[in-house]
Amino acid sequence: MIELPALGWQSIVIFVVFAVSLLIATYCTYAERVIAAFLQDRVGPDRAGPYGLAQPLADAVKMFTKEEFFPGGANKALFVFGPCLAMITALMSSAVIPFGNNLTFGNNAFFLQGIEVNIGMLWIFGVVSLGVYGVMIGGWASNNKFSLLGAVRAASQNISYELAMGMALIAVLMMSGTLSLREITLQQSVAGEWHFWNIVKQPLGFIIFCVCAFAETNRTPFDLPECETELVGGYHTEYSSMKLGLYLFAEYVNIFVVSAVMSVLYFGGFNFPFQYELRDWFVNSQGWELTSAQNLITILGTLGLFAKIFGFIFFFMWIRWTLPRFRYDQLMRLGWTILIPLAVINILITGGLILFGVIQ
Amino acid sequence: MSPLFLFLSFVALISALGVVFAKNPVHSVLFLILTFFSLSGHYLLLNAQFLAAVNIIVYAGAIMVLFLFVIMFLNLNVDTEPHKPALAKIAAAVAGGSLLLIMVAAMRDVHPAGYDAATFNSQIGMVDQLGLVLYRQYLLPFELASVLFLVAMVGAVMLGKREVGERHF
Repeated sequence: MIELPALGWQSIVIFVVFAVSLLIATYCTYAERVIAAFLQDRVGPDRAGPYGLAQPLADAVKMFTKEEFFPGGANKALFVFGPCLAMITALMSSAVIPFGNNLTFGNNAFFLQGIEVNIGMLWIFGVVSLGVYGVMIGGWASNNKFSLLGAVRAASQNISYELAMGMALIAVLMMSGTLSLREITLQQSVAGEWHFWNIVKQPLGFIIFCVCAFAETNRTPFDLPECETELVGGYHTEYSSMKLGLYLFAEYVNIFVVSAVMSVLYFGGFNFPFQYELRDWFVNSQGWELTSAQNLITILGTLGLFAKIFGFIFFFMWIRWTLPRFRYDQLMRLGWTILIPLAVINILITGGLILFGVIQ
Repeated sequence: MSPLFLFLSFVALISALGVVFAKNPVHSVLFLILTFFSLSGHYLLLNAQFLAAVNIIVYAGAIMVLFLFVIMFLNLNVDTEPHKPALAKIAAAVAGGSLLLIMVAAMRDVHPAGYDAATFNSQIGMVDQLGLVLYRQYLLPFELASVLFLVAMVGAVMLGKREVGERHF
């Protein structure tokens, strides 16, 4: 038996989560183009490999072998640091997401989660709010007015939508009474009772969170920081080769993480309907042991969570190729005069419903 | 002293010095963010998870973004920065030095109370414990602080309201 470093089996989970995030982000680039082609009635990438499945590899080779260009007057250190920071902050938030319940082997329980902390939600919120630094630093260090404008737009957009996002989260917190994402997931399904996913109790909160998630990941219709009709390429105008690749990649990692967070908070995470009935069926009718039936449910739950995540990723891409971009003042008005009051009203409604015992 | 504590203190001190000595204001801001991160690490070592997370969200996530935002707009650098007169520099050195002196003098006689390992509640820094303390022992100051925030928010909305008459944007 090889002795693992201090974290033990958790380090394996963290490594797998890291690899899976990168793999999904890689294939998001392919999925984006295939979905765009589908929505615009085109063929899409189909040259590299069967059905164009090797397209992400071809793109990566292209990105790595392109000329690396430093614009004149750029702040070199920060110019390199910007994309790195974007990637780091994108990857950090997946640490606390519960990707599955526990697997039991003998007396050992393995939790399919990087780290279980009771500030999981705050961690996500904090890391998401740091995501803007990569864009800001990269845009500023490029020494280009379009990049700077993109960076400034990104900063003000993120700060504006963070508020509404935080308030939408507070409504979930009021119901769950815990900040741990694992606890929130487990509360959404209890054996032998009718328990609904949070989306049923928090429909308005989910809509607010979803809109803010689009804004925080800089996706259309909120992609003002890289608005090519006004700002050339926005914050990554001056970037080339893999530094540009890291920015584009970080966006997809962010989408993956945000989709995972939405699934966990509002769509039951690794729970799926009738899981306890299925487990009991395996135990009672098929004569399985309880632990192995539970392990099977855990694996199915993980697959279910990934199905939800893929659904949300598809939703992100569907929106991108359907809706036009906002104008900047419309974006600000939506954030400050519609979403924040709505979020406050949502908190008040949730508080009232909890007070009168309608939901708990 | 654990090696983690030493490492975090080292990073905190080096980056705090970097804030002061960096020529470029944007570098200063980035060093300050690094300082906040190492302070959050210290909070985590003290088992104050909530404080650590909130420190990152509020300071690193919101306030420093606004700082960076303003500095990028002003675009301060060596050429455009006005040189301060020697008198101002001397005054700043004297004021800062006396503050340091007072802090050192005040801290010299402090004996940390320490804690009893048998009765110490390791959950003291967790969110629910903190909430109970805030809402039981310190309810009035807490509510007063929230009223203060509300006043600031109303003031900001008033300032930001569109003025009647001609628009220039």
